[in-house]
Amino acid sequence: MPYADSEQTGGRSPVPVAIKILVAGGFGVGKTTLVSAVSEVRPLRTEEEMTEPGSLVDQLDGVERKTTTTVAMDFGRISISDDLVVYLFGTPGQKRFWFMWDELAYGALGAVVMADTRRLADCFPSIDYFERNGMPFVVAVNCFDEARRYPSETMRSALNLTDDVPLLLCDARQRSSSRDVLVALVEHAVARLSSSRHVTPAR
Amino acid sequence: MTRANPRRAGWLANGHERVVRPYALTAGRTRPAGGSIDLVALVSAVGSRTGAELAIEDASELGPEHFRLLRFCRSRASVADLAAELDLPLGVVRILLADLRERGLVSIIQPVAAGLKDVGILKEVADALRRL
Repeated sequence: MPYADSEQTGGRSPVPVAIKILVAGGFGVGKTTLVSAVSEVRPLRTEEEMTEPGSLVDQLDGVERKTTTTVAMDFGRISISDDLVVYLFGTPGQKRFWFMWDELAYGALGAVVMADTRRLADCFPSIDYFERNGMPFVVAVNCFDEARRYPSETMRSALNLTDDVPLLLCDARQRSSSRDVLVALVEHAVARLSSSRHVTPAR
Repeated sequence: MTRANPRRAGWLANGHERVVRPYALTAGRTRPAGGSIDLVALVSAVGSRTGAELAIEDASELGPEHFRLLRFCRSRASVADLAAELDLPLGVVRILLADLRERGLVSIIQPVAAGLKDVGILKEVADALRRL
Protein backbone atom coordinates (compact mmCIF):
# COMPACT_ATOMS: atom_id res chain seq x y z
CA MET A 1 0.00 0.00 0.00
CA PRO A 2 1.26 3.46 -0.74
CA TYR A 3 1.50 5.90 2.09
CA ALA A 4 -1.58 7.38 3.62
CA ASP A 5 -2.02 10.80 2.15
CA SER A 6 0.23 13.10 4.05
CA GLU A 7 -1.93 16.04 4.80
CA GLN A 8 -0.66 19.36 3.71
CA THR A 9 -1.34 20.85 7.07
CA GLY A 10 0.48 23.80 8.48
CA GLY A 11 3.47 25.42 6.89
CA ARG A 12 5.97 22.94 8.25
CA SER A 13 7.53 20.80 5.62
CA PRO A 14 9.52 18.25 7.55
CA VAL A 15 11.84 16.35 5.31
CA PRO A 16 10.83 12.73 5.66
CA VAL A 17 13.26 10.46 7.41
CA ALA A 18 13.79 6.96 6.15
CA ILE A 19 15.40 4.42 8.42
CA LYS A 20 16.77 1.52 6.44
CA ILE A 21 17.51 -1.71 8.26
CA LEU A 22 18.97 -4.80 6.63
CA VAL A 23 18.14 -8.30 7.74
CA ALA A 24 20.81 -10.67 6.54
CA GLY A 25 21.78 -14.25 7.10
CA GLY A 26 21.91 -17.62 5.43
CA PHE A 27 19.19 -19.37 3.53
CA GLY A 28 16.28 -20.50 5.71
CA VAL A 29 17.55 -18.78 8.83
CA GLY A 30 14.30 -16.90 9.38
CA LYS A 31 14.77 -13.54 7.68
CA THR A 32 11.31 -13.58 6.14
CA THR A 33 9.83 -14.72 9.43
CA LEU A 34 11.44 -11.89 11.34
CA VAL A 35 10.45 -9.21 8.86
CA SER A 36 6.87 -10.47 8.70
CA ALA A 37 6.63 -10.68 12.48
CA VAL A 38 6.95 -6.91 12.76
CA SER A 39 5.58 -5.62 9.48
CA GLU A 40 3.59 -6.49 6.45
CA VAL A 41 6.07 -8.17 4.18
CA ARG A 42 6.14 -8.19 0.43
CA PRO A 43 8.59 -9.54 -2.08
CA LEU A 44 10.71 -7.01 -3.86
CA ARG A 45 12.49 -8.04 -7.03
CA THR A 46 15.63 -6.71 -8.51
CA GLU A 47 17.28 -7.65 -11.73
CA GLU A 48 20.93 -7.71 -10.99
CA GLU A 49 24.06 -8.07 -12.99
CA MET A 50 25.66 -11.44 -12.44
CA THR A 51 29.03 -11.25 -10.84
CA GLU A 52 31.98 -13.57 -11.18
CA PRO A 53 31.41 -15.35 -7.88
CA GLY A 54 27.83 -15.95 -8.94
CA SER A 55 28.89 -17.49 -12.18
CA LEU A 56 31.00 -20.01 -10.28
CA VAL A 57 28.06 -21.08 -8.20
CA ASP A 58 25.19 -20.87 -10.60
CA GLN A 59 24.90 -23.37 -13.38
CA LEU A 60 25.29 -21.25 -16.46
CA ASP A 61 25.80 -23.88 -19.12
CA GLY A 62 23.83 -22.91 -22.15
CA VAL A 63 22.96 -19.50 -20.80
CA GLU A 64 26.46 -18.06 -20.69
CA ARG A 65 25.17 -14.86 -22.13
CA LYS A 66 22.71 -14.36 -19.32
CA THR A 67 24.15 -11.43 -17.43
CA THR A 68 21.34 -10.54 -15.09
CA THR A 69 19.61 -12.58 -12.47
CA THR A 70 16.50 -11.93 -10.47
CA VAL A 71 17.02 -11.57 -6.77
CA ALA A 72 14.05 -11.43 -4.46
CA MET A 73 14.19 -9.60 -1.17
CA ASP A 74 11.72 -9.37 1.66
CA PHE A 75 10.52 -5.88 2.06
CA GLY A 76 8.74 -4.62 5.13
CA ARG A 77 7.72 -1.19 6.28
CA ILE A 78 6.90 0.19 9.70
CA SER A 79 5.40 3.66 9.58
CA ILE A 80 6.14 5.50 12.78
CA SER A 81 4.64 8.72 11.50
CA ASP A 82 4.02 10.30 8.14
CA ASP A 83 7.55 11.53 8.07
CA LEU A 84 9.38 8.77 9.84
CA VAL A 85 9.35 5.32 8.31
CA VAL A 86 11.42 2.23 9.00
CA TYR A 87 12.14 0.05 5.98
CA LEU A 88 13.28 -3.52 6.44
CA PHE A 89 15.09 -5.37 3.70
CA GLY A 90 15.66 -9.08 4.10
CA THR A 91 18.48 -10.03 1.81
CA PRO A 92 20.16 -13.25 0.86
CA GLY A 93 23.41 -13.55 2.75
CA GLN A 94 25.68 -15.43 0.41
CA LYS A 95 28.79 -13.65 -0.63
CA ARG A 96 27.68 -13.63 -4.23
CA PHE A 97 24.94 -11.19 -3.33
CA TRP A 98 27.27 -8.64 -1.84
CA PHE A 99 27.14 -6.52 -4.96
CA MET A 100 23.50 -5.95 -4.19
CA TRP A 101 24.14 -5.07 -0.59
CA ASP A 102 26.21 -2.06 -1.44
CA GLU A 103 23.12 -0.23 -2.50
CA LEU A 104 21.06 -1.51 0.39
CA ALA A 105 23.77 -0.59 2.84
CA TYR A 106 24.02 2.92 1.55
CA GLY A 107 22.56 5.20 4.19
CA ALA A 108 21.34 2.25 6.25
CA LEU A 109 21.03 2.48 10.00
CA GLY A 110 22.40 -0.99 10.48
CA ALA A 111 21.81 -4.67 10.09
CA VAL A 112 20.46 -7.68 11.86
CA VAL A 113 22.51 -10.75 11.08
CA MET A 114 20.48 -13.86 11.75
CA ALA A 115 22.17 -17.06 12.76
CA ASP A 116 21.14 -20.67 13.20
CA THR A 117 23.31 -22.68 15.56
CA ARG A 118 23.04 -25.71 13.31
CA ARG A 119 24.56 -23.84 10.40
CA LEU A 120 26.49 -21.10 12.06
CA ALA A 121 28.93 -20.64 9.21
CA ASP A 122 26.09 -19.43 6.96
CA CYS A 123 26.15 -16.07 8.67
CA PHE A 124 29.93 -15.54 8.45
CA PRO A 125 29.78 -13.70 5.12
CA SER A 126 27.17 -11.31 6.50
CA ILE A 127 29.25 -10.55 9.57
CA ASP A 128 32.32 -10.08 7.40
CA TYR A 129 30.46 -7.67 5.20
CA PHE A 130 29.16 -5.45 7.96
CA GLU A 131 32.43 -5.47 9.85
CA ARG A 132 34.24 -4.41 6.73
CA ASN A 133 31.62 -1.83 5.92
CA GLY A 134 31.68 -0.35 9.43
CA MET A 135 27.93 -0.55 9.79
CA PRO A 136 26.36 -1.22 13.19
CA PHE A 137 24.93 -4.71 13.42
CA VAL A 138 23.57 -7.14 15.95
CA VAL A 139 23.55 -10.90 15.72
CA ALA A 140 20.20 -12.56 16.36
CA VAL A 141 20.39 -16.28 16.98
CA ASN A 142 17.08 -17.70 15.89
CA CYS A 143 16.23 -20.40 18.41
CA PHE A 144 14.70 -23.13 16.35
CA ASP A 145 12.84 -25.64 18.49
CA GLU A 146 15.01 -28.53 17.43
CA ALA A 147 18.32 -26.68 17.55
CA ARG A 148 20.74 -27.15 20.40
CA ARG A 149 21.24 -24.18 22.70
CA TYR A 150 24.70 -22.92 23.46
CA PRO A 151 25.88 -20.33 25.96
CA SER A 152 26.22 -16.86 24.49
CA GLU A 153 29.94 -16.87 25.15
CA THR A 154 30.41 -20.01 23.12
CA MET A 155 28.52 -18.51 20.22
CA ARG A 156 30.35 -15.22 20.46
CA SER A 157 33.67 -16.92 20.23
CA ALA A 158 32.52 -19.20 17.43
CA LEU A 159 31.46 -16.10 15.53
CA ASN A 160 34.58 -14.24 16.58
CA LEU A 161 32.48 -11.25 17.55
CA THR A 162 34.05 -8.21 19.11
CA ASP A 163 32.72 -7.31 22.55
CA ASP A 164 30.72 -4.36 21.36
CA VAL A 165 28.52 -6.34 18.98
CA PRO A 166 25.28 -7.39 20.70
CA LEU A 167 24.27 -11.01 20.41
CA LEU A 168 20.67 -11.89 21.16
CA LEU A 169 18.63 -15.03 21.22
CA CYS A 170 15.31 -14.68 19.48
CA ASP A 171 12.29 -16.51 18.25
CA ALA A 172 11.63 -14.85 14.93
CA ARG A 173 8.06 -16.14 14.89
CA GLN A 174 7.19 -13.96 17.82
CA ARG A 175 6.49 -10.35 17.23
CA SER A 176 7.82 -9.27 20.61
CA SER A 177 11.03 -11.18 20.12
CA SER A 178 11.66 -9.82 16.62
CA ARG A 179 10.78 -6.36 17.86
CA ASP A 180 13.36 -6.67 20.63
CA VAL A 181 16.01 -7.49 18.05
CA LEU A 182 15.22 -4.31 16.12
CA VAL A 183 15.19 -2.25 19.30
CA ALA A 184 18.58 -3.71 20.24
CA LEU A 185 19.95 -2.69 16.86
CA VAL A 186 18.69 0.87 17.14
CA GLU A 187 20.05 1.13 20.68
CA HIS A 188 23.36 -0.25 19.53
CA ALA A 189 23.47 2.36 16.77
CA VAL A 190 22.68 5.09 19.32
CA ALA A 191 25.38 3.83 21.66
CA ARG A 192 27.96 3.81 18.91
CA LEU A 193 26.92 7.26 17.85
CA SER A 194 26.97 8.84 21.25
CA SER A 195 29.98 7.10 22.75
CA SER A 196 32.83 7.06 20.33
CA ARG A 197 31.50 9.25 17.56
CA HIS A 198 32.80 6.37 15.56
CA VAL A 199 30.87 7.38 12.50
CA THR A 200 32.01 5.43 9.52
CA PRO A 201 30.41 6.30 6.24
CA ALA A 202 28.28 3.49 4.95
CA ARG A 203 30.76 3.04 2.15
CA MET B 1 -3.82 -19.78 -18.18
CA THR B 2 -2.96 -17.21 -15.63
CA ARG B 3 -3.49 -17.43 -11.95
CA ALA B 4 -5.93 -15.63 -9.76
CA ASN B 5 -4.52 -12.15 -9.21
CA PRO B 6 -6.23 -10.16 -11.96
CA ARG B 7 -4.12 -7.09 -11.36
CA ARG B 8 -0.98 -8.95 -12.29
CA ALA B 9 -2.41 -11.56 -14.54
CA GLY B 10 -1.90 -9.64 -17.74
CA TRP B 11 1.84 -9.98 -17.63
CA LEU B 12 2.20 -13.44 -16.28
CA ALA B 13 1.97 -16.82 -17.87
CA ASN B 14 1.48 -19.83 -15.59
CA GLY B 15 1.75 -17.45 -12.69
CA HIS B 16 5.52 -17.41 -13.04
CA GLU B 17 7.52 -15.83 -15.76
CA ARG B 18 6.53 -12.58 -17.27
CA VAL B 19 5.55 -12.85 -20.86
CA VAL B 20 7.32 -9.57 -21.42
CA ARG B 21 10.94 -9.38 -20.33
CA PRO B 22 11.20 -6.67 -17.68
CA TYR B 23 13.46 -4.36 -19.60
CA ALA B 24 11.20 -4.47 -22.63
CA LEU B 25 9.01 -2.11 -20.61
CA THR B 26 11.85 0.37 -20.62
CA ALA B 27 12.68 -0.04 -24.30
CA GLY B 28 15.91 -1.75 -23.34
CA ARG B 29 17.21 1.05 -21.19
CA THR B 30 18.94 -0.05 -18.03
CA ARG B 31 19.66 3.31 -16.42
CA PRO B 32 17.22 6.00 -15.39
CA ALA B 33 17.41 9.36 -17.12
CA GLY B 34 18.55 12.28 -15.03
CA GLY B 35 20.44 10.56 -12.25
CA SER B 36 19.94 7.68 -9.88
CA ILE B 37 16.89 7.23 -7.70
CA ASP B 38 17.31 5.83 -4.21
CA LEU B 39 15.50 2.74 -3.02
CA VAL B 40 13.65 4.69 -0.37
CA ALA B 41 13.21 7.96 -2.25
CA LEU B 42 9.64 9.21 -2.00
CA VAL B 43 7.58 9.72 -5.10
CA SER B 44 4.43 11.82 -5.46
CA ALA B 45 2.39 12.51 -8.52
CA VAL B 46 2.50 16.20 -9.30
CA GLY B 47 -0.80 18.04 -9.17
CA SER B 48 -3.83 16.07 -10.22
CA ARG B 49 -2.59 15.13 -13.64
CA THR B 50 -3.66 11.72 -14.71
CA GLY B 51 -3.58 9.96 -18.03
CA ALA B 52 -6.55 11.86 -19.37
CA GLU B 53 -4.93 15.24 -18.89
CA LEU B 54 -1.51 14.45 -20.26
CA ALA B 55 -0.10 16.28 -23.21
CA ILE B 56 -0.63 14.15 -26.27
CA GLU B 57 3.07 13.65 -26.94
CA ASP B 58 3.62 12.49 -23.37
CA ALA B 59 0.66 10.16 -23.43
CA SER B 60 1.87 8.53 -26.61
CA GLU B 61 5.36 7.98 -25.24
CA LEU B 62 4.27 6.49 -21.96
CA GLY B 63 3.16 2.92 -21.50
CA PRO B 64 0.57 1.31 -19.26
CA GLU B 65 3.15 0.72 -16.54
CA HIS B 66 3.86 4.44 -16.40
CA PHE B 67 0.20 5.08 -15.78
CA ARG B 68 0.00 2.40 -13.11
CA LEU B 69 2.91 4.05 -11.39
CA LEU B 70 1.25 7.45 -11.62
CA ARG B 71 -1.89 6.07 -10.03
CA PHE B 72 0.03 4.49 -7.17
CA CYS B 73 1.96 7.59 -6.32
CA ARG B 74 -1.03 9.88 -6.05
CA SER B 75 -0.27 9.49 -2.40
CA ARG B 76 3.39 9.55 -1.56
CA ALA B 77 5.13 6.21 -1.86
CA SER B 78 8.70 5.01 -1.72
CA VAL B 79 10.41 3.52 -4.75
CA ALA B 80 10.60 0.17 -2.95
CA ASP B 81 6.88 0.33 -2.17
CA LEU B 82 6.07 1.03 -5.79
CA ALA B 83 8.22 -1.83 -7.05
CA ALA B 84 6.65 -4.25 -4.59
CA GLU B 85 3.16 -3.00 -5.33
CA LEU B 86 3.51 -3.21 -9.10
CA ASP B 87 5.55 -6.40 -8.90
CA LEU B 88 8.21 -4.97 -11.18
CA PRO B 89 11.96 -5.17 -10.66
CA LEU B 90 13.43 -2.15 -8.94
CA GLY B 91 15.62 -1.24 -11.88
CA VAL B 92 12.62 -1.08 -14.18
CA VAL B 93 10.62 1.04 -11.77
CA ARG B 94 13.47 3.49 -11.50
CA ILE B 95 13.64 3.98 -15.23
CA LEU B 96 9.91 4.43 -15.57
CA LEU B 97 9.92 6.92 -12.70
CA ALA B 98 12.70 8.87 -14.33
CA ASP B 99 10.55 9.12 -17.47
CA LEU B 100 7.72 10.53 -15.40
CA ARG B 101 10.09 12.90 -13.64
CA GLU B 102 11.42 14.19 -16.95
CA ARG B 103 7.89 15.09 -17.95
CA GLY B 104 7.20 16.81 -14.67
CA LEU B 105 4.57 14.26 -13.69
CA VAL B 106 6.14 13.16 -10.43
CA SER B 107 8.36 14.71 -7.85
CA ILE B 108 10.94 12.52 -6.21
CA ILE B 109 12.47 13.51 -2.93
CA GLN B 110 15.34 11.90 -1.16
CA PRO B 111 14.47 11.29 2.47
CA VAL B 112 17.08 12.17 5.01
CA ALA B 113 19.29 9.28 5.93
CA ALA B 114 21.04 11.80 8.14
CA GLY B 115 18.54 10.76 10.78
CA LEU B 116 21.19 8.15 11.35
CA LYS B 117 23.41 10.72 12.95
CA ASP B 118 20.62 12.23 14.97
CA VAL B 119 20.36 10.55 18.37
CA GLY B 120 16.99 12.19 18.98
CA ILE B 121 15.44 10.58 15.92
CA LEU B 122 16.97 7.23 16.70
CA LYS B 123 15.55 7.30 20.21
CA GLU B 124 12.17 8.12 18.75
CA VAL B 125 12.52 5.09 16.48
CA ALA B 126 13.52 2.85 19.37
CA ASP B 127 10.55 4.04 21.43
CA ALA B 128 8.16 3.49 18.55
CA LEU B 129 9.51 0.00 17.95
CA ARG B 130 9.09 -0.88 21.61
CA ARG B 131 5.41 -0.11 21.26
CA LEU B 132 4.98 -2.55 18.40
